[in-house]
Amino acid sequence: MSLNVSPSPHIHDNISTRKVMLTVIISLLPACIAGVIIFGPMALVNLCVCTASSVFFEYILRRIMKKPQTISDMSAAVTGLLLGMNLPPEINPLFGVIGSFVAIGVTKQLFGGIGQNFANPAIVGRIVLMLSFTGHMSRWSEPFYYKNEYDSVSTATPLVSGNADYMSLFLGTTGGCIGETCALALILGGLILIFTRTITPHAPIAFIGTVALLTFIAGDDPLYAILSGGLMLGAFFMATDYATTPLTEKGKLIFGIGCGLLTFAIRKFGSYPEGVSFSILLMNLLVPYIDRLCELKPVGMKKAAKESGKV
Amino acid sequence: MAVKIGGVKLPHLKSTENMETVDFPLPKKLILPMSQCMGAPCTPLVKKGDTVTVGMKIGDCDKPMSVPVHSPASGVVSEITDYRLSNGASCKAVVIETDGQQTVCPDIKPPQITDRKSFLDAVRESGCCGLGGAGFPTHIKLGFDPDKTPIDTLLINGAECEPYITSDYREFMEAPEEIIDGIEYIMKMLDIPNCKIGIESNKPSAIALMKKQTADNSAIEVVSLPSSYPQGAEKVLIYTAAGRVVAEGELPSHQGVIVMNVSTVAFIIRYIRTGMPLISKRLTIDGDAVTKNNGNYRVLVGTPVSDLLEYCGAEEYGKLLYGGPMMGIALDNAERPIIKVNNALLAFRSTAEPVTTSCIRCGRCIRACPVKLMPTSLESAYDREDTAELERLKVMLCINCGCCSYVCPANRHLAEKNQLAKGLLMKNKRR
Repeated sequence: MSLNVSPSPHIHDNISTRKVMLTVIISLLPACIAGVIIFGPMALVNLCVCTASSVFFEYILRRIMKKPQTISDMSAAVTGLLLGMNLPPEINPLFGVIGSFVAIGVTKQLFGGIGQNFANPAIVGRIVLMLSFTGHMSRWSEPFYYKNEYDSVSTATPLVSGNADYMSLFLGTTGGCIGETCALALILGGLILIFTRTITPHAPIAFIGTVALLTFIAGDDPLYAILSGGLMLGAFFMATDYATTPLTEKGKLIFGIGCGLLTFAIRKFGSYPEGVSFSILLMNLLVPYIDRLCELKPVGMKKAAKESGKV
Repeated sequence: MAVKIGGVKLPHLKSTENMETVDFPLPKKLILPMSQCMGAPCTPLVKKGDTVTVGMKIGDCDKPMSVPVHSPASGVVSEITDYRLSNGASCKAVVIETDGQQTVCPDIKPPQITDRKSFLDAVRESGCCGLGGAGFPTHIKLGFDPDKTPIDTLLINGAECEPYITSDYREFMEAPEEIIDGIEYIMKMLDIPNCKIGIESNKPSAIALMKKQTADNSAIEVVSLPSSYPQGAEKVLIYTAAGRVVAEGELPSHQGVIVMNVSTVAFIIRYIRTGMPLISKRLTIDGDAVTKNNGNYRVLVGTPVSDLLEYCGAEEYGKLLYGGPMMGIALDNAERPIIKVNNALLAFRSTAEPVTTSCIRCGRCIRACPVKLMPTSLESAYDREDTAELERLKVMLCINCGCCSYVCPANRHLAEKNQLAKGLLMKNKRR
């Protein structure tokens, strides 16, 4: 009888990359559903187009490169869904396809696929679209406009207008990207991720806490600052992306604080009203250094004698 | 010093815990490799055609770090063969054709113990080694130098954190007096003032029984350990039960502790009383390929695994393990014998190994590592053969508990890579 002779351990936890990604998708669904209810059928079309085109680009590129197929791990679907959530509801779906190509093709697959990319694919996709098609990317629709007789009505995001009430910020009935407005749904999704131990709460808490604290110090309304814009979406779902954030809990805290600092600075002093995407992207670049700084100290490790000239 | 010990929660699967130990029928043939535990292999003291009796010494070695081997049965030596151990090393093996009489060797009598030295000599002659699985020669462990490394605590390992295995638990339930007598004897002979017995909280009856047995001895404390794997790993146990950290390059004795498995102490007192050396082991036989008679058996050392499998109705098996599913060694064939360090034989049907995919940097391995290593960083350092980085990240501190591989969603062989990395560093050092 042939025996399988493999090294220990011989059992495995009931977990896989696919299950992790499915958990992320499930935790994104409340915010997606809220977005579709608030912004109507075009929001649904955009979410679907982004998800489908991301999976398509992943499939076709893996095929062209003759690499093992990875669409079944669902990570491309997560990227697509996140990108869709970062688009204005009424945008032409073709822009979503372009964004998906930038996210999956350029940011993810050119760097080796899942786990190898240094920048968050959905964020790069969004930023490229925002810089290339600024007009299209900053046309915000009035909530529930699709129930009205007249065509789409433009509005401003709460970060620009500064006059939304807390309840509409919390429920998401304000102008903004499809998946970013409903704080309630995003917090619910974040809690799903935390309680299923898919993410640790370090980065989101540090991120949101830093923004609130700095806003408070600057004399503005901290609650308004954390409920508006893409902060909740970014903090729970993008500042916790495995591949592009630090490995250790200490590193995640530093990452979150850095994101909060940059977001506050861009919002307060920059020429863009929103800075969540830029801050996460900038912090992505620092991850190797944060990781190096925040390595764990093994239990029982003895301090090595200082070597001259070499760290 | 607050150190958070990681580890994982495993399913316990201890379905054999209430099964009393029964004697396994005498096999027709016993295979006794001359290397049964850590240390130098023995040279056979018998030759083909010799008659052997129960407890007769059949292999020994003049190196201090070695343990003699005794015949577990009476019969005739049918051959002396070359034997390849499961770690790849070779030694001689004595094959005994049993005669069914189980005639006891006339030399078997309780050892004469007058002082520390005669006690340590007796422990060596008993053929005793660490019975928890690692198989460190007991006389070496107990032969610490009290001037250089004074020992204040004898730590008894009854954690038994691996799934399936219940052999130490049965020792607690079946021989509580002997365990305490053994502990008190060792404490007296080696002048160790305190003892702690560490038992995982998933064995409440063993904890209660031990507390009852030690009620009148304030020097012995029973410690309930959290049921998390790898609680029974020596360094983890020393930390949770005694609050001490065994540093890099240190032995537990540097921290004033020696750790002994519960079955080892019970064996030592039996040997002191009867003079019968280590010739049998309690073995948990279980696993999903075992169709009948799973349970705890007293098995003679040298019993072929195939005999045990046949008795337990295991026919459709794809994986056989010496020991538990987290750290056990997979067998390459069922003709291998049970050796002294084994405490379980597990037979599983499934042979399918999950597919390995790319690391997604989720950090689960880092959170699971009880030593706080960074397995994913170690893996990439090993893959590019960066020995400087492996040393900087302290791969030699890895205890090979397997937690990192267990939790990896990408099914990466992190624990295996750590072992390979250790080998790479050792090879480079020897150069």
